Amino acid sequence: MTLRPDLAIIAANVAPGSRVLDVGCGDGALMAALRDERGVDARGLELDAGDVASAMARGLSVIQGDADVDLADYPPHAFDYAILSQTLQTTRRPDAVLDHLLRIGARAFVSFPNFAHWRVRASLLWGGRMPVTKLLPLEWYETPNIHHVTIDDFRGFVKTRGITVEGAWFLNRGRQTSAAAANFRAEHAVFLLRR
Amino acid sequence: MIDPRFGPNRTATLGKLSLDGGGALASVDVAYETYGALAPDAANAILVCHALTGDQHVASAHPRTGKPGWWARMIGPGKPIDTDRWCVIAANVLGSCMGSSGPASIDPATGEPYAMTFPVITIRDMVRAQGLLLDHLGIERLAAVVGGSMGGMQALSWAATFPDRVRACVVIASAARHSAQNIAFHEVGRQAIMADPKWRGGDYYDGDPPSAGLAVARMAAHITYLSEAGLTEKFGRKLQGRPDNPDGAKTFGFDADFQVESYLRHQGLAFTDRFDANSYLYITRALDYFDLAEEHDGHLANAFAGTTTRFCVVSFDTDWLYPTSESRAIVHALTAAGAAASFVELRSPYGHDAFLLETPGLDRVIAGFLGAAE
Repeated sequence: MTLRPDLAIIAANVAPGSRVLDVGCGDGALMAALRDERGVDARGLELDAGDVASAMARGLSVIQGDADVDLADYPPHAFDYAILSQTLQTTRRPDAVLDHLLRIGARAFVSFPNFAHWRVRASLLWGGRMPVTKLLPLEWYETPNIHHVTIDDFRGFVKTRGITVEGAWFLNRGRQTSAAAANFRAEHAVFLLRR
Repeated sequence: MIDPRFGPNRTATLGKLSLDGGGALASVDVAYETYGALAPDAANAILVCHALTGDQHVASAHPRTGKPGWWARMIGPGKPIDTDRWCVIAANVLGSCMGSSGPASIDPATGEPYAMTFPVITIRDMVRAQGLLLDHLGIERLAAVVGGSMGGMQALSWAATFPDRVRACVVIASAARHSAQNIAFHEVGRQAIMADPKWRGGDYYDGDPPSAGLAVARMAAHITYLSEAGLTEKFGRKLQGRPDNPDGAKTFGFDADFQVESYLRHQGLAFTDRFDANSYLYITRALDYFDLAEEHDGHLANAFAGTTTRFCVVSFDTDWLYPTSESRAIVHALTAAGAAASFVELRSPYGHDAFLLETPGLDRVIAGFLGAAE
């Protein structure tokens, strides 16, 4: 099974045998890979009932719930890592969600589509329209992405919050790209954070 | 060698059972069935717990009604609870009337039925009786305990009372306590039974049972098992057909003019053929007393502290008897306790009864969860 590129980066950087909470875990592809390949004790939180059922059918422990509401139920320091992949921009309060991630997990992986990628910029600048790209495939009225964020926005945000960036990876067309001019060139970013 | 402890239609007479209400039963009978073979290491046993009016005939014909087992669609070779892999045990709960000790049983002290001298029991008492049964069967640890509705409460109580004896726990359409509304509906049922002159303080075993009261109790309860939308879709305001008028008509009397009335009356009547009114009183009482948090200093999470049991909690979106919020309260406690827990709210038009009916999402979840056991 091939993981989505951002998930593959996360999977490769999670310490074997650790405890992981995957927030917005979808059908559990990452959790299953972490369990099967790295002996990780993985738990998941997912909004969509069909995805939860698929993950449960894989034998994974997944709770149907909402990152905006249900992260408050988790006790502090319960996990080595909290993972939020492609979900931050869909939450009502990304700042509160990020606080919870770093309360629940010793470290947090956060991945999101970069709204400052050149194609997005071009679409707005030349087309005057909200971008519809491979990574942002839905029109403005149907997209779940309600808090678009750029790599530089995110860097600035974690800095003001005193959050340490332990690692950052940038992707363009599914391949890793350099940190140089990532805010312009990368479609997608993965950050490893620590309080 | 056939082991006489396993198979259909078994009854075990077990030892003394101390009860939550104080006192004890000197010995308890537990009627049960098993399906599938127990592995030599006894590690493949799944206990299936039944609901208020259920019984041990999960996948075999009911001896009185001849109807298929109440969970025959879930349990059997190749089914979600696959008896080619698992040894399924289903026991009639303490207080019931299908062979386990209950108010209709003979009190050895008097040679007469216990009737209302039977002690008031709790969900945990039912679970402890099942624990004695597992001892009798030589099963130290369950691969899983599975139950819907009151069966889910037993499953939760199992995980809280005997955490070392339960590897996995499946709780379907259930709750960790009875709400005021749950208690209120049960009180209607109990009052209907006790208002029937044939109830006679519970001493009716030598004559006519209080069938009218029990039927009304069942009618009231049955409404809570169905969704409003389900009732509307099935019956709406449709009138009952009659020999002289297949479309039915209002009689301007009090016959069952509406189809829903006729249906409920039928449900009530059919129930009295297979269930004992006093058992209904005792089991509804046990349900009303159930509050798992209360047994653990008021904190539900304490019930699961340090547990290594895997949990699977399922609710249905149209269940208003034990709504999703009750399942979420369980999940909240499991999360706080750090337990390995899964939860999903499935869609179904059938209300609380969904766990008994054709619900493909449930089959998939149960099969997946159990199949993932080591």
